[in-house]
Amino acid sequence: MNPETISQPPKAAPRKINSWAALAAFLVLFGFLTVIYWALTSSHKGPLAVGEPAPDFTLTTFDGKIYNTADWRGKVVVVNFWASWCPTCKDEAVDLENAWKHYREGGEVLFLGVDYVDTEPEALAYLEKYGITYPNGQDARTSISRKYRMRAVPETYIIDRQGRLAYIKIGPFLSLEEILAAIDEALAR
Amino acid sequence: MKTWFFLIPLLLLLLFPSAVWAETVEPTVVPSDDEVNAIAKNLFCPVCENTPLDVCPTQACAQWRELIRLKLAEGWTEEQIKEYFVAQYGDRVLAEPPRSGLNWLFYLLVPVFFLIGIVIVGRVLRSMRRPAGNAPGMAVPAGESDPYLAKMEEELRKRLKE
Repeated sequence: MNPETISQPPKAAPRKINSWAALAAFLVLFGFLTVIYWALTSSHKGPLAVGEPAPDFTLTTFDGKIYNTADWRGKVVVVNFWASWCPTCKDEAVDLENAWKHYREGGEVLFLGVDYVDTEPEALAYLEKYGITYPNGQDARTSISRKYRMRAVPETYIIDRQGRLAYIKIGPFLSLEEILAAIDEALAR
Repeated sequence: MKTWFFLIPLLLLLLFPSAVWAETVEPTVVPSDDEVNAIAKNLFCPVCENTPLDVCPTQACAQWRELIRLKLAEGWTEEQIKEYFVAQYGDRVLAEPPRSGLNWLFYLLVPVFFLIGIVIVGRVLRSMRRPAGNAPGMAVPAGESDPYLAKMEEELRKRLKE
């Protein structure tokens, strides 16, 4: 066959791209990527640091009382995250209760126990076993622990009178003196 | 009058013995591990990420399973138990996110992007197969190609003749 005689099929006319459809697709993709970016950055934020404003939260205690940390400006608030299944929480439970008893009369310090991912019957049994009397409630929908970017229990955050984080303890307190020293420092600010 | 007052419960007991018995001695059926695990396998404890509750070995998960058993014994349905866990611990305890709010993005956009991807791949594959004449290594008939190439070939032919 003579190559000169072969004829190529006529080139198809380039399709017109619907610019509106392209723009819409781009916007959808951009929105989707933004959501993923936002989710990733918010989940990979580092831990809170001393001096930062403490996130405010509302805790409903096991006996139905409501505490909002924003209402406690001018006082020192000790926020302790714990769980009945956490072995190291038990190490500091009695010391925390003794520290609460130490400051309770003065009225300048509030203790709040935030029960993380726990079942209510086990939590109540734990509070009874260690004789804990300061306000305790469940971390509903884990919203408080997420605000504090908590990684594991126990963790304790001491909020000063201005609503800033004065002290952060990751892991259990080793003695009553350690707790008292941390709270006294926050009171002195 | 007082004697009659004390006789009323006794009379009730005599008249409706089965009803009184049912009220006082309710048989307690303890749900089996299989019944508990049927619900637990669709739940995830936030402490042990990516481990379904039915196989999670931690104490926290064991407590959750006992709570499921307790709720089942109280007559709760699977849906009620799941709703309870979501209310207590948040959406992340579920094996798949609930179909509400922004979660719809994942249910809708992922298949849409998947379909778009299939269409793009299909079109690329078709375009690779179609222009067989332009494939590399194939002879292109003179005159049908680029005029510049045609001129070059003509020039080459001339030089070869010389």
